[in-house]
Amino acid sequence: MSAADAQAHAPAPHAARALLAIDGLVKVYPGGQRALDAVDLVVSQPQVVAVIGSSGAGKSTLIRCINRLVEPSAGAVRLNGVDIVALGRRDLRRMRRRIGMIFQEFNLVERLTVMENVLSGRLGSIGFVAALMRRYPPRDVASAFELLDRVGLAGYQDTRADALSGGQRQRVGIARALMQQPELLLIDEPTASLDPKTARQIMRLIRSLAQEQRCPALVNIHDVTLAQDYADRVVGLKAGRVVFDAPAQALTPQALTAIYGEEDWNRTIRPVEDEALEAS
Amino acid sequence: MSDAASAKRYPEVWRRRSLRESLLGWCWAVVLAAAAVWSVSALDIEWAFFADAHEQAGDLLRRMWPPRWSYLPAIVKPLIETIHIATLGTAIAVVLSVPLAFLAARNTTLNGFTWAIGRSLLVASRSVNTVIWGLVFVAIFGPGPVAGIAAVAARSVGFLAKLVAEAIEEADSGQVEAVQATGASTAQVYLVAVLPQVMPVLIGTTVYRWDINVRESSVLGFVGAGGIGLYLYASINQFAWQQVLVVLLAILAVVLAAEALSAYARARIS
Ligand SMILES: Nc1ncnc2c1ncn2[C@@H]1O[C@H](COP(=O)(O)OP(=O)(O)O)[C@@H](O)[C@H]1O
Ligand SMILES: [Mg+2]
Repeated sequence: MSAADAQAHAPAPHAARALLAIDGLVKVYPGGQRALDAVDLVVSQPQVVAVIGSSGAGKSTLIRCINRLVEPSAGAVRLNGVDIVALGRRDLRRMRRRIGMIFQEFNLVERLTVMENVLSGRLGSIGFVAALMRRYPPRDVASAFELLDRVGLAGYQDTRADALSGGQRQRVGIARALMQQPELLLIDEPTASLDPKTARQIMRLIRSLAQEQRCPALVNIHDVTLAQDYADRVVGLKAGRVVFDAPAQALTPQALTAIYGEEDWNRTIRPVEDEALEAS
Repeated sequence: MSDAASAKRYPEVWRRRSLRESLLGWCWAVVLAAAAVWSVSALDIEWAFFADAHEQAGDLLRRMWPPRWSYLPAIVKPLIETIHIATLGTAIAVVLSVPLAFLAARNTTLNGFTWAIGRSLLVASRSVNTVIWGLVFVAIFGPGPVAGIAAVAARSVGFLAKLVAEAIEEADSGQVEAVQATGASTAQVYLVAVLPQVMPVLIGTTVYRWDINVRESSVLGFVGAGGIGLYLYASINQFAWQQVLVVLLAILAVVLAAEALSAYARARIS
């Protein structure tokens, strides 16, 4: 089935205007583990959506089902109206070019240089021989340099990825994803391997870049405080179901109990005054 | 607390192996001994030859000494040819081994059928000795270095591809997924995300194989596949033992140099 066909299958009316519309998404792993149990989620404006939930709640599965690194068992995922789940291999590859992904373990090709890693975001637009010769269009090279500057790594283009610190690697990961000029950013625990200060810098960078490019971002995140500080909206997952979905300010101890279970949450949630301070 | 501790009794005996494992170990020892005895008795060894072996060896050494150094200039060219055979054979093997490795690695092959083809080619290449490959290619190309190069390549391709295929199977899947997620084609993913990861193994085994190939090329001349082996073979047939010693020393020098170079190169891979 081609992308055009998929578009023809009329999506639900509210989903038609949505940038991203996830509809009844189910994932059952071969072992029988039901990681996603009919997840519905609609993102209709360019916003940062934090997905929180305990380990094993299905956050990674949700994100990976969207670009089909994990094959969904049922349901639909529409990006600007096109159902990704219904795409054939070729169309899926084209679709993936429009979706940037950032990983907890950075997943840079360790033995390649920073520039090669950033430019790999454009592989979809060049052929095999060009990739072999590492020949990218001048326009791409220029925007790679610009992005490196933007993420604070100007001058690092020829450094090998395995010589970078964690924070620097994640900046390369961000540049690689943005190199795709994505219509959607999928971000899986971007700060879980970083120290608290670097984590905040990275979240700030992701937020401002996503806003600049007017690109919606789905961010799986462990740290509730970070989610509150840098997301516009928080989605709570529990055992593969959405149990919370509201603006970040609405995250209450009651909501956290619903997502994570009983605990004293008052010290986890940041008072509103602090938030104003952080923003300055 | 001390009451509780004294109340509970812990075992005082602990053995590394259970009785069953020990018995199994002894069984293996007996089987190995029986196999050795059987091999020796089946081989029909002429024990009388052992009695004067030391005299024969001494006699041979006396006939070899002193080495006839005047023969050295005549074998410089075939020595260089030997190195060329090893180098060209290795180079051809590298080019062929990369696609073969991707075919024979479980995570990059197309399907079960292509995997089986890849594995069969690996086994075919590896199970035949270089000298036997030499015989085959002398029959095809006629005697000379071309047959030697083909023989070295045929044997090395499986050796390299097997080790590279293993490295491919152990490649970090996170790096692969990240490049997949950008919408790259499968071939591009292999090129950009897998190949760099196996590069150290590819280079290391290539250099190592080249060093083995220099050694193996030195006997390829025995079957007419070029190189110094022809001269060694001829000298032995003429009982020109002083010449044989020169050839052997020259081979030793080249092999040692190749091994040192290969060890140095492998130590520098990062
Ligand atoms: N490849 C897999 N095979 C089988 N089960 C899996 C696999 N990946 C994840 N799971 C299971 O699916 C559930 C959700 O996992 P995951 O999406 O990784 O959760 P999270 O990212 O929220 O920690 C867990 O119970 C996990 O054990
Ligand atoms: Mg996860």
